[in-house]
Amino acid sequence: MKPQSRLARALIDRFQRDMPLEPRPFDAMARAVDSTPADVLATLGEMQETGTLSRIGAVVPPGVLGASTLAAMEVPEERLDEVADHVSTYAEVNHNYEREHALNLWFVVTAADRRGVDDVLARIERHTGLAVLDLPLERAYRIDLGFDVSWS
Amino acid sequence: MELSDVDRDLLACAANGLALVERPFAAMAHDVGLGEDETIARLRALKDSGAIKRLGLVVRHRELGYRANAMAVWDLPEDRVDAVGQRMAAFPFVTLCYRRRRAPPRWPYNLFAMIHGTDRAVVTAQIAGLVAELGLGEAPQSVLFSRRRYKQRGANYARAGHPVSRQEASWTSSTGAS
Repeated sequence: MKPQSRLARALIDRFQRDMPLEPRPFDAMARAVDSTPADVLATLGEMQETGTLSRIGAVVPPGVLGASTLAAMEVPEERLDEVADHVSTYAEVNHNYEREHALNLWFVVTAADRRGVDDVLARIERHTGLAVLDLPLERAYRIDLGFDVSWS
Repeated sequence: MELSDVDRDLLACAANGLALVERPFAAMAHDVGLGEDETIARLRALKDSGAIKRLGLVVRHRELGYRANAMAVWDLPEDRVDAVGQRMAAFPFVTLCYRRRRAPPRWPYNLFAMIHGTDRAVVTAQIAGLVAELGLGEAPQSVLFSRRRYKQRGANYARAGHPVSRQEASWTSSTGAS
């Protein structure tokens, strides 16, 4: 793995699921990893700056809050950056990836309700002139439970 | 699960990310118009009820060296997909597993598994292992490795006129062989 500081590794290993729910959570986290609150906050800030950390917050299962879908597009190679950048401009798009397939652009759209999702998909189709496949979730067998990193 | 408006606002703020300050729940309480203690109590209740699946660090796999990220998909009959999906979800290297609606003829697949690895050959072997263990040799299958990430951030649940988290989540674009 890309080497992270000892403190960053400890925070990733211990606090992906259950950060302390108390007024000063970073104090409690610091005690648990034998550090200081200032160092914990500084390390989390650095991790966010370098991109290792997306955020520290809640993961909400699909369907609890609003509606979402996975969308896919077949984008001509020469238009891929332009279309991908357009897709990324929507606040409702939270993940956007190029994948190795004729359907080469894949993104997740999340909005307060299904109409909001439909609206974004329709706007992307109108703007790009390309079809967007809509692949809504029907059943989750495993959702994001955090990630065991092997540091070796 | 019935959620009150204030719980929805709280969930949206928590999903968007805590401020990196000494008392982040006080900051969030201010945004949603509650006290700090009540904010914490409600978050705990939301976690106990399953409306919050986890609360903590949300990392980016690529920056940690996990660059071989595959979305493996299969087309399975309706009477088989749930049983296979549940067994697939139990494999430790499967990060996410779910059933989605097909979009035939362009997209015939209904079962999805995400695998984040450091080495493409290892991930490919893991997928072959799933096929062998779960008897999927006959099922139409495709494997889509990610090539480039254009955006990754938390979901944005904010509704017009409702509080947005104080922290404007950032995203980055990155390239890399995977």
